[in-house]
Amino acid sequence: MIRRPLFSQLSVIVAIFASRNQHNSSSEMVNEIPVKLVLEDGTIFRGYSFGARRPVAGEVVFNTAMTGYPESLTDPSYRGQILCLTYPLVGNYGTPGDDSEEDIPKFFESASIHIEGLVVSDYSSHYSHWNATGSLGSWLNRSGVAGIYGIDTRALTRKLREKGAMPGKIIEEGDEIDFRDPNSTNLVAEVSTREKQVYGSGRYRIVMIDCGVKYNIIRSLLRYDTTIIRVPWDYDYHKESYDGLFISNGPGDPKMCDVTIGNLRRSLGYDKPVFGICLGNQLLALAAGADTFKLKYGHRSHNQPVLKVGSDRAYITSQNHGFAVSDETLPDDWEPLFININDHTNEGIHHREMPFFSVQFHPEASGGPTDTAFLFADFISLVKESVMKRPNGAKI
Amino acid sequence: MKKDISKVIVLGSGALKIGEAGEFDYSGSQALKALRQEGIETVLINPNIATVQTSEGIADKIYFLPVTPLYVERVIEKERPGGILLSFGGQTALNCGTELFRKGILEKYGVSVLGTPVQSIMDTEDRDLFVGRLNEIGVKAPASIAVTSVEDAVDAAGRLGYPVIIRAAYTLGGQGSGFASCGEELRAMATRAFSFSKQILVEESLKGWKEIEYEVVRDCHDNCITVCNMENFDPLGIHTGESIVVAPSQTLTNSEYHKLRELSVKIVRHLGIVGECNVQYALDPGSEEYRVIEVNARLSRSSALASKATGYPLAFVAAKLAIGYGLHELKNSVTETTTACFEPALDYIVCKIPRWDLKKFAGVSHELGSSMKSVGEVMAIGRTFEEAIQKGLRMIGQGMHGFTGNRNISFDDIRRELSSPTDMRVFCIADALEKGVDPDEIHELTRIDKWFLYKLKNISETAAELSGYSSEESLPVRLLQRAKIQGFSDFQIARAIYDPPPSGMHEGLLKIREFRKSRGIIPYVKQIDTLAAEYPAVTNYLYLTYSATEHDIWYVNDKRSVIVLGSGAYRIGSSVEFDWCSVNAAETIRREGMRSVMINYNPETVSTDYDTCDRLYFDELSFERVMDIIELETPAGVVLSVGGQIPNNLAMRLHNEGVAIMGTSPESVDRAENRHKFSSMLDSLGIDQPRWQELNSMDEIISFAEKTGFPLLIRPSYVLSGAAMNVVSNRDELFHFLELAAGVSKQHPVVVSEFVEHAKEIEMDAVASDGEVIAYAISEHVEYAGVHSGDATIVFPAQKIYFETARRIKRITREIAGELKISGPFNIQFLARDNDIKVIECNLRSSRSMPFVSKVLKINFIELATRVMLGSEAEKPHKSAFDLDYVGVKAPQFSFSRLAKADPVLGVDMVSTGEVGCIGEDFYEAILKAMFSVGYRIPSGSILLSTGPARSKVELLESARVLREKGYRLYATRGTRNFLKNAGIETEVAYWPDEKRSPNTIELIREREVDLVINIPKNLSKSELQNDYAIRRSAIDYNIPLLTNSRLASAFIHAFCTLGEEDIAIRSWDEYR
Repeated sequence: MIRRPLFSQLSVIVAIFASRNQHNSSSEMVNEIPVKLVLEDGTIFRGYSFGARRPVAGEVVFNTAMTGYPESLTDPSYRGQILCLTYPLVGNYGTPGDDSEEDIPKFFESASIHIEGLVVSDYSSHYSHWNATGSLGSWLNRSGVAGIYGIDTRALTRKLREKGAMPGKIIEEGDEIDFRDPNSTNLVAEVSTREKQVYGSGRYRIVMIDCGVKYNIIRSLLRYDTTIIRVPWDYDYHKESYDGLFISNGPGDPKMCDVTIGNLRRSLGYDKPVFGICLGNQLLALAAGADTFKLKYGHRSHNQPVLKVGSDRAYITSQNHGFAVSDETLPDDWEPLFININDHTNEGIHHREMPFFSVQFHPEASGGPTDTAFLFADFISLVKESVMKRPNGAKI
Repeated sequence: MKKDISKVIVLGSGALKIGEAGEFDYSGSQALKALRQEGIETVLINPNIATVQTSEGIADKIYFLPVTPLYVERVIEKERPGGILLSFGGQTALNCGTELFRKGILEKYGVSVLGTPVQSIMDTEDRDLFVGRLNEIGVKAPASIAVTSVEDAVDAAGRLGYPVIIRAAYTLGGQGSGFASCGEELRAMATRAFSFSKQILVEESLKGWKEIEYEVVRDCHDNCITVCNMENFDPLGIHTGESIVVAPSQTLTNSEYHKLRELSVKIVRHLGIVGECNVQYALDPGSEEYRVIEVNARLSRSSALASKATGYPLAFVAAKLAIGYGLHELKNSVTETTTACFEPALDYIVCKIPRWDLKKFAGVSHELGSSMKSVGEVMAIGRTFEEAIQKGLRMIGQGMHGFTGNRNISFDDIRRELSSPTDMRVFCIADALEKGVDPDEIHELTRIDKWFLYKLKNISETAAELSGYSSEESLPVRLLQRAKIQGFSDFQIARAIYDPPPSGMHEGLLKIREFRKSRGIIPYVKQIDTLAAEYPAVTNYLYLTYSATEHDIWYVNDKRSVIVLGSGAYRIGSSVEFDWCSVNAAETIRREGMRSVMINYNPETVSTDYDTCDRLYFDELSFERVMDIIELETPAGVVLSVGGQIPNNLAMRLHNEGVAIMGTSPESVDRAENRHKFSSMLDSLGIDQPRWQELNSMDEIISFAEKTGFPLLIRPSYVLSGAAMNVVSNRDELFHFLELAAGVSKQHPVVVSEFVEHAKEIEMDAVASDGEVIAYAISEHVEYAGVHSGDATIVFPAQKIYFETARRIKRITREIAGELKISGPFNIQFLARDNDIKVIECNLRSSRSMPFVSKVLKINFIELATRVMLGSEAEKPHKSAFDLDYVGVKAPQFSFSRLAKADPVLGVDMVSTGEVGCIGEDFYEAILKAMFSVGYRIPSGSILLSTGPARSKVELLESARVLREKGYRLYATRGTRNFLKNAGIETEVAYWPDEKRSPNTIELIREREVDLVINIPKNLSKSELQNDYAIRRSAIDYNIPLLTNSRLASAFIHAFCTLGEEDIAIRSWDEYR
């Protein structure tokens, strides 16, 4: 005989319990909608839906960070990807509000979510944090991003580790959608700013090539006496008056950015300082004449150790990239600046004489460790030096 | 090797005590391994003979001596090491090292401190210096005022505003700390704190803030990483050792996590730590405001937990950094390909839960606060918080089945219980949720973050949903799956749906097990790999979870696995000694060419280091989980006899499932464990035992009592360390304790036995092979029977027993071994009065004293026993090996000072938290070393005597005379004074606490007029006169050595009146031959 269950499993309604005190916390009780993650090799992981109910396709990648999902989700470098978080408990602290400071959202890395889908093991429909304004699920839902929970994310990660990042899709039974390799499209063009934007009014004018820049890079540079001129990826910034050039992070295969590489090649003929991060490292390398290649499953985590070449100084860095610079192909006047201590891949390059350098990791962190924030100061020092060397500090 | 040092001294932490337990066996062992790998000669000073670190092959030389400046200096003088490691032996080693440094001893002998410099240690230990150092880099500490008098403390509190927190500098685990909400409380607390420390701190209270910890590692190149962060489930106000803790933090955003991480790195760099360090924060739950609570510039309980939680071998790495390696030069020992310079990524959650044994202490307060009372802890691993905490609540081993499904757990005043936390608070939350209290209200009362509370509510809801069904077939598969993902055991599910189960709970859970397996709901094995699967792991550090669909490892089913069940949470009665046994069993299995598989869940142990065995399952020792693992491993056999009572209790249930149990057959184990069966066996063998009777009806008991007379011993079967065992001396007590005892174990009867007074207690530890004894050790207790064997001072080889007694004991042992066909380790306890021998207990498993006798005798009983169990060649040691030219003494360590109000008196129930074992030329030298090692000192001037009943007065007469001859000034209470006066021994008067006259006993203690207190209780019933209690408790509170047993007191007095500290030989273990 079946006694009546206390909580009906058939309740379809999403009930939101508002918080009673200063703590922002709430619960959603959702019925479980079966959904599956299908990989290109035919592997199927069955779970339940949270977020938007729509079929999505993208490149499936994993990130081993244990915090920072609002930051990751809004990182434009994840464009076109289905992100698997290896940390199983996700959604704990909800999502922050969209307050902004100097036209930049305070808690996000761009204006919207860039991933196609999110894969987690244990989604926390109840969240609790003073700074939260909603749940992760409702944010995904509003943003049209699919989520799947209840799957063995470790098994998925091991598969991706062995077979490499691969196309996949999140679908409900009966949904039709094609697999898609985002690296074959120009993702940078999708995420780059459409038009020039200027931030701050400091003394040093920095041109920022936006290939999908994270806001914290802008915030980090604005901490110095700078004006940031953020330009589209294919913009010819040489017509701008500036003291230093910054090349941002961004999604996909660097070789898609042929226009940017061409512009950079020109810049390397001048002596204005150049600093690049992540995709910026790859673009600078390509402009210098080196080659890049696709990593099997990339580096996406907050715990990547890098060593400054020729020293005993190591740093823990935040990373998110699927392509890397091939050290062997660097021209003679360039050399590696950092290497990854785990797999010995390139983590940065610099010119032997000129003030040009870039790093593969994210010194701006957000999320992740802040160990290498000093690189922004290094860049600004180079800019200052370069300005001082110039006759009368004239702009050119 | 980086630094040019060929010999290093490592300081251990001594006996296990509250606040300083097995974690330092782990850290010391790892450090010694790391040094050995570099070819450095290692010298270990640690009197804790039951540890793994004091075993052969770990250090080159081992001194079983007190870790105090005097003895360490003498070892340095003899050994002339180049370096010393101070941070692997807890606060004991740190304090000792600081003292050696201050006295210039390290400089005198040219010994360099490896790793964190002493100045950095002192900067973290002295509160003023510490806050000053933080201020230099703009890091916030709680507003705090250091004071050296009670009056200044009151002033300081006035300035800060109540409530305030009091902390004593340089103490273990918050000793002498607490919250004060008014001047009166403050005065009392400050007075007590000053007895532990010259300086105390009065601080702003941050009650209700989140408590967060980071484990930080830094090398000599200034490379700095945080290996793990942890979040306390219980907010600030409850000592972190008393808190449920999760790793990694769960409710912190990226910004908070990395803000605190960045601060940690900044602090550790500024302090100049080289090695490992722990930083504790308070974090405002409503903003990013923080305070640094403290920094421990050494390996700690938290770092042991962090090592196990992440798989990152903190102590090993810290030792390598101490000798000059850079982090980037070391490999991650889990992957063997990536670097040790990284921060582990977890893909699971761990939950640490403390284990308390407060019920064992008469009078102790159960409220939790800023000082530590727990005696052990467990770590549970899961892929949901619900799974981890439910596993953990079962692991603590106090009869709980998880968060729900526990019987008789109901609280009258839920709201009070929630707002003044006790050791039962988490179960009160369960009760509150079940009764419909809103999590938001629970949050208001507890300040526990709502995230945790709503997760707990998930468990309650699932439990309620389950109880809506009454048969397994009707259960929806998704509900069953969800329950398992939320950590429900088959037992909990059975209890929820069968009400009551038709043929017992065990049958019920077997039905659930079968049903869920038929539906494909099974747990999967996952690796802890430090990198969340980013790189392959070469180690097999494993746990089981239901949030999974595949195993991480392959099973070849080659029948080469041998599973060893470990000992679980450290508790009173079962601690590091069983870890030593488990580790030795695993090592022997590996040496014999089999695959050693360990199951254990205690983060403070060496057995849970993944390099001690081929596969480590960091998981439950429950029937359900052990069966899960057995089904995967399909082992050649399972060893149950080295992990104490927990594995032993599984013997019959595993046997009934057809599991191959190695060694003595489970039926024999049952014959020994079941008092009834055991007694009839003794009768049939003609072996004497104290008269006893099974409790079936009151009439029988009363007539039994009339026949034998009081006192009587009451005990249930299947016990360890005498839980619910007690001596009663009259009818009222008899009825009272029978009520208590009945609640302990329903499946096994309670028995009443004759209690033999003034009898010697003798222990036989032995190993038999197929019923034939192949190695044995006879030791005797210094105290007469009536003191639990775990609290007794034990001498090996027995020095004062008749040859005839020894002969009879050996004969009885042979008979029992033969009858039970014992194959493996066992222990028999005897009572002897004249040559009249009675058997009082027999355990067919390793015993607490196995490591002690193995090390004194230099015959490893566990290695021998394991070889027997594996069926390998086990050579019988030559007879001469049992003749020794030296003596070992094992002495208990008590932690009464941690347990406010507990009566520091000994009885049949065990209360000690640890032990030491020392070796000497003779009994007196050995006992002195042992007593010094557990904190006794030779008194310098005056001794307070109140020597109890007539018999002990007589026993101590000679002692009093010797003390007078030695020039000691003796204070005595009235009866004692009169008695001694009649014997011609002059004493000064000391008035009883309730006599309002001076010199009063309490006053003498408080003013430190006396430096040894001897107070012998007048009877065994514990219903002591308030006066005696007040004397004993004051001695503990004012940190004055206390002796409560006349036999031990007279042995100690004789020893220190005959030998001085200068007569103590500085000889290493290998020098006793």
